[in-house]
Amino acid sequence: MLDLAQELRRFIVDNFLFGEESEAFSFSDEDSLLELAIIDSTGILELVAFLEQRYGIAIADDELAPGNLDSVSRLTTFVQRKLLPAMR
Amino acid sequence: MCGIAGIVTSWGRVTPARVADMIATLDHRGPDDRGLHVEAAVGLASARLSVIDPAGGRQPMANEDGSIRVVFNGEIFNFVELRRELVRHGHRFRTRSDTEVLLRLYEEDGPALTHRLNGQWAFAIWDARAGTLLLSRDRIGVRPLFYTRVRDALLFASEIKALFADPDVCRELEPAGLDNVFTFWTTLPPRTVFKGVSELPPGHTLTWTAGRVAVTPHWQPSFPDAPPQRSEGECAEVLRSLLKDSVRLRLRSDARVGTYLSGGLDSSVIAALTAAGGEPLPTFSITFDDAEFDERVYQREVAQALGTVHHELRCSHADIGQVFPDVIRHAEMPLLRTAPAPLFLLSRFVRDAGYKVVLTGEGADEVLGGYDIFKEAKIRRFWTAFPSSRRRPLLLQRLYPYMRELQRQPAAWLRAFFHVTREDLDSPFFSHLPRWTLTSRLKLFLSDSVRSALTGYDGYAELAARLPAQFDRWDPFCRAQYLEIACLLPGYILSSQGDRVAMAHSVEGRFPFLDPRVVEFASSLSPTVKMKVLEEKHLLKVLARGLVPESVRRRRKQPYRAPEGKALLAAGRGSYVDDLLSSGQLRRDGIFKPAPVERLLAKFRDGRAIGTKDNMALVGIVSTQLLVDQFINNVGKGTHAGPGAGTTQVYRR
Repeated sequence: MLDLAQELRRFIVDNFLFGEESEAFSFSDEDSLLELAIIDSTGILELVAFLEQRYGIAIADDELAPGNLDSVSRLTTFVQRKLLPAMR
Repeated sequence: MCGIAGIVTSWGRVTPARVADMIATLDHRGPDDRGLHVEAAVGLASARLSVIDPAGGRQPMANEDGSIRVVFNGEIFNFVELRRELVRHGHRFRTRSDTEVLLRLYEEDGPALTHRLNGQWAFAIWDARAGTLLLSRDRIGVRPLFYTRVRDALLFASEIKALFADPDVCRELEPAGLDNVFTFWTTLPPRTVFKGVSELPPGHTLTWTAGRVAVTPHWQPSFPDAPPQRSEGECAEVLRSLLKDSVRLRLRSDARVGTYLSGGLDSSVIAALTAAGGEPLPTFSITFDDAEFDERVYQREVAQALGTVHHELRCSHADIGQVFPDVIRHAEMPLLRTAPAPLFLLSRFVRDAGYKVVLTGEGADEVLGGYDIFKEAKIRRFWTAFPSSRRRPLLLQRLYPYMRELQRQPAAWLRAFFHVTREDLDSPFFSHLPRWTLTSRLKLFLSDSVRSALTGYDGYAELAARLPAQFDRWDPFCRAQYLEIACLLPGYILSSQGDRVAMAHSVEGRFPFLDPRVVEFASSLSPTVKMKVLEEKHLLKVLARGLVPESVRRRRKQPYRAPEGKALLAAGRGSYVDDLLSSGQLRRDGIFKPAPVERLLAKFRDGRAIGTKDNMALVGIVSTQLLVDQFINNVGKGTHAGPGAGTTQVYRR
């Protein structure tokens, strides 16, 4: 199984960059997905649908903040935290 | 209204056949008459749609000794007044056409004649005595004009396809032109998407003398550094009288005139001012099966209030997909939106109903400040001044009530999406950065060879270098207006959504909001009169009181949009979209990478593509492939769909 950060990155690259990872369109785990326009104004909805479906988590409205979702590393931390109670 | 074409050469002779081949491609622009004049090193041709003085206005038109000859596409609306002045100055007229006014005015003023014209034009004047060819395009760029150079010759025409009729003109895509479209939604003139083919920029004149070419501006959009404060009532009164006169001039026609009715404020105001003439006014509207885009309720309300003879054309997803190849053949540019397709169908409907001329509301959003991008920039600028505000983001949500998906997003996302950063404030393109940054992401589909050809090219730098010297001194609102008036208005709204799809069916659009007196008056006003707090086109709304139904006057702005990706894929598997986007075809054409395009298609087919970017990507890729197919591979697949389902209703006041 891919590690979580890798899997999230894979989804973003496949779904928003259509698999295109060459230099001009590369991004780091810390880069803001919105500022780089990788995710457009409606992309957040696609992202949330994926997280809820893939990881069986429910995301509340007040959790839909860039602090949780706007980079690969923030997403990883957020999903890990959401999964934690279930793993206990 | 017409199509024009011609050749001038500094060595050798021009053959009639060469010019005849060019003009033959423009029959759709001028089906009523064709004229040709060739003398030694010059050839001029016209395909004419007779609107004013059908008998007398034949082209090319010459003065008595044949030393000056003109071919002309467009209308000079103040030709009656100009003729009167010229007669006073001793000129004698043989016809009552506006073409002859142009000819006499050139005799009087020479190349400076454009300053006296109130009109929409692209013309060529050959002055045999001076050995000069003059090409000119109207201030805003309503009528198109392209040119190219082949050895010693300069070729010009209303559309690029006429230049391509000459076997010596090479047919190749220009990567920087593609880069422009996939950033700004249009090219930056004189660049086009074809190598070696130039567009004469709006408000410019080209002179050719013995092989030397000079391109100079005769008009540019301009705004005051510090607009004078005038009362709202006074401004509305002046604007109303200018618009009334603008409509009066634009009703000069020997052919029948109708108006487009979108259901919004701008076209309703124009229809109301036109209907004031007495005769029941014919109005034309598009209705969509898809409720998200349909505005028939408002269209009918205006038609009823004005007592018009109202014609409706119903447009489905399948209709848009079906005519899209034809639309691209006329637009001659990749498109990121399908919105020109319904307008292509509408002009056919208008022609079939027996009309040649329509008045529309185009230009009001740019000139009087109606676009969301102006409002968005205002909110973003305000926000940057108070970065911690929790309320500001809610304003952005309020901004796009018609975008359902956007409404579901939390405020914090909007802030990040709309790029509210201090660095952006210093950019001359602050207002347009969100749109252009998002659109630029589409370049990820471009092939490695196109990308490598673009190494070192910077469209922003090119545009920045062309901004007027005083740009930085203008109010930020006016800067945003300038960018819209200089780029998107001529490059997309008036061309792909305007001239090209209307003239595809020999229909001439006239735009009262783009009368130079209206444009210059609106530019002189303080931005606060145009957008009061966050109310767009405030002044027009004041003016419209009592003129149009209150529900339409108070209605929130709904930009004209049409179904996109879904419409192109409506034909299902095996359609032209599948052919053009197949891996094999993409590899042969070499513009786009097959793998990401395949993933994009899969996303659409799975129903996961809901965003603006995905839709723009699909429309942009399909339209570019259609362009390559029709203009470079030259195996045109123009379809000829039957007329859509149109109905007519007569409303009596």
